[in-house]
Amino acid sequence: MKPLMLILVPLIVVLCLSSLVIGPAGVGPVESLRALVAGDEGPLTLVMREIRLPRMILAVAIGASLGLAGAAMQGYLRNPLAEPGLIGVSGSAALGAVLSIQTGLSAAFALALPFSALAGAVIAVLLLLALAGPRGGSLTLILAGIAISAMAGALTSLVLNLSPNPFAANEIVFWMMGSLTDRSMLHVWLALPIMVVGWALLLPLARPLEALTLGEDAAASMGINLVRLRWQVVLGTACVVGAGTAVAGAIGFIGLIVPHVLRPLVGARPGPLLITSALGGAAMLLAADIAVRVVLPGRDLKLGVLTALVGAPFFLHLVWRTGRTPV
Amino acid sequence: MGRIGTLLAALTAMIALAGPASAQGHAAPMEPSAVPLPVQPQRVVSMNLCTDQLAMMLAAPGQLLSVSHLAADPRGSAMAEDAKAYRINRGLAEEIWLMQPDLVIAGSFSTRATVDMLRRLGVRVVILRPAYGLDDIPDRLREMGTALGRMDAAEAAVTDFNTRLTALRDEVARRPRAALYYANGYTSGDKTLAGEIIATAGFTNIAAEAGLPSGGHLPLEVLAMAQPEAVITGRPYPGASRSEEVLDHPAVQALRNTSVGAVLTDRDWICGTPHVLRAIDDMRNTRRRMEAE
Repeated sequence: MKPLMLILVPLIVVLCLSSLVIGPAGVGPVESLRALVAGDEGPLTLVMREIRLPRMILAVAIGASLGLAGAAMQGYLRNPLAEPGLIGVSGSAALGAVLSIQTGLSAAFALALPFSALAGAVIAVLLLLALAGPRGGSLTLILAGIAISAMAGALTSLVLNLSPNPFAANEIVFWMMGSLTDRSMLHVWLALPIMVVGWALLLPLARPLEALTLGEDAAASMGINLVRLRWQVVLGTACVVGAGTAVAGAIGFIGLIVPHVLRPLVGARPGPLLITSALGGAAMLLAADIAVRVVLPGRDLKLGVLTALVGAPFFLHLVWRTGRTPV
Repeated sequence: MGRIGTLLAALTAMIALAGPASAQGHAAPMEPSAVPLPVQPQRVVSMNLCTDQLAMMLAAPGQLLSVSHLAADPRGSAMAEDAKAYRINRGLAEEIWLMQPDLVIAGSFSTRATVDMLRRLGVRVVILRPAYGLDDIPDRLREMGTALGRMDAAEAAVTDFNTRLTALRDEVARRPRAALYYANGYTSGDKTLAGEIIATAGFTNIAAEAGLPSGGHLPLEVLAMAQPEAVITGRPYPGASRSEEVLDHPAVQALRNTSVGAVLTDRDWICGTPHVLRAIDDMRNTRRRMEAE
């Protein structure tokens, strides 16, 4: 686990710096970073502090959140296919966010945006657990997830189509694919506190999740409070996914790929996988967000397009493997 | 279910068979540049915001029957009051057909399927392209005049437009740099109607120096680095949208603090009609205020 950290942390630092110095403005890296730190109040400082810095912070925070949420859900449900995007949690959070924007609630009270996304995410997780149950098979979980995703997606589209604003209907793709373009510090302050709460709920789950690998009865006999564990997973996931989706849309597959790639490296233990997946998620989203700027500069390629191109084949591979070896 | 399925299949087959044949039957050119019509059409329906306004300007009393619902919406139409005198259509083939028009005027971005359907039904449809610059406006007026059989009215409108346009051109000593910045970070270049409006009013458009002579997506940081003296944005529509949120981004707000403040485009900017003269006049006044400061 230690050597893994020694790779992941420097990787994130390098990606953060790259994220800060890559952009359409075309300014040298040294000059950009000096403007960010020194701050001469010129246009470059404005660009660095108001455009690139919030983008980098959000990529780190949302990536870490998605990786962590994926690892926690997979550990809790003991199901390798559990992922907030695939099973409709992100989609429902997006619905909550869209509702608060379109009803004018978020304009009246800024925190309404992340809170309604959070409410959407909580409802989705609770529905999932009710439908699939903590020991539900992969099939039940995925089917319930597809149903929730479809419903949330349809309602999001409906709300945006009903809007009197002609641009709203075109934003369906943002809410379903996600993007970090042109976010500001305001979005960071809206999302970050709630994400921190979510991290605080999910990261201490290392021991309970390890115990759970032995089965629920064994875990209970080891003094694990299963009711509390369940609520911690539900609320923690909803906090991190809800807050992230509220400002960046639903970004899929990160919570699926990252824990899977890292699982063999931590000896398949769900405990250490939590923090490792958080770091891996941050690195992956940073890399994806750099890629969308390098591949199609100035075209606002959606993040979800890229993560799905990598993630969907991966998911197919998992489905194929899960189908062959009964879990 | 089975019967409905059969019916649908039969219908689809009929449409597939009838489609190409009748399309060929109406393949005659419908462009207004063809021979002027001997008779004035008497039941004209327009289904595009810009053709609506041209038609309302040029039609003889009673000649124009219906305009699109957008023409009656003051957010996008410079002639929303005038549009109240006409029936409103939503651009659907069915409702237009029921009005029994003898001429339908559509824009080249009108729904293809609707236009084809009307033509299959034997309705004469004239399609006008949008105006991509000030030079296109006299052409559009004449095309509309030809379609309506109102060439004299069109010529009078063209003369009036050209006279007023010439009067609006100033000798400009210094051309302030301006940026057109719309929802989703789009900008208009010099070769667009909005670009020509601000150029005529005496501004330099930063789109060209940003490498976007015909407009396109202007990254927010490129806008911030360019430091234009005026940021001209679209007026936000009611109901929130994330696309318009970028217009309130702190980086854009900072530019507004250093220049003339928020300058908004409105309905006079949308269509290539003589109403763009009002937009030019407004922008010219803005520039004069900037120079006076």
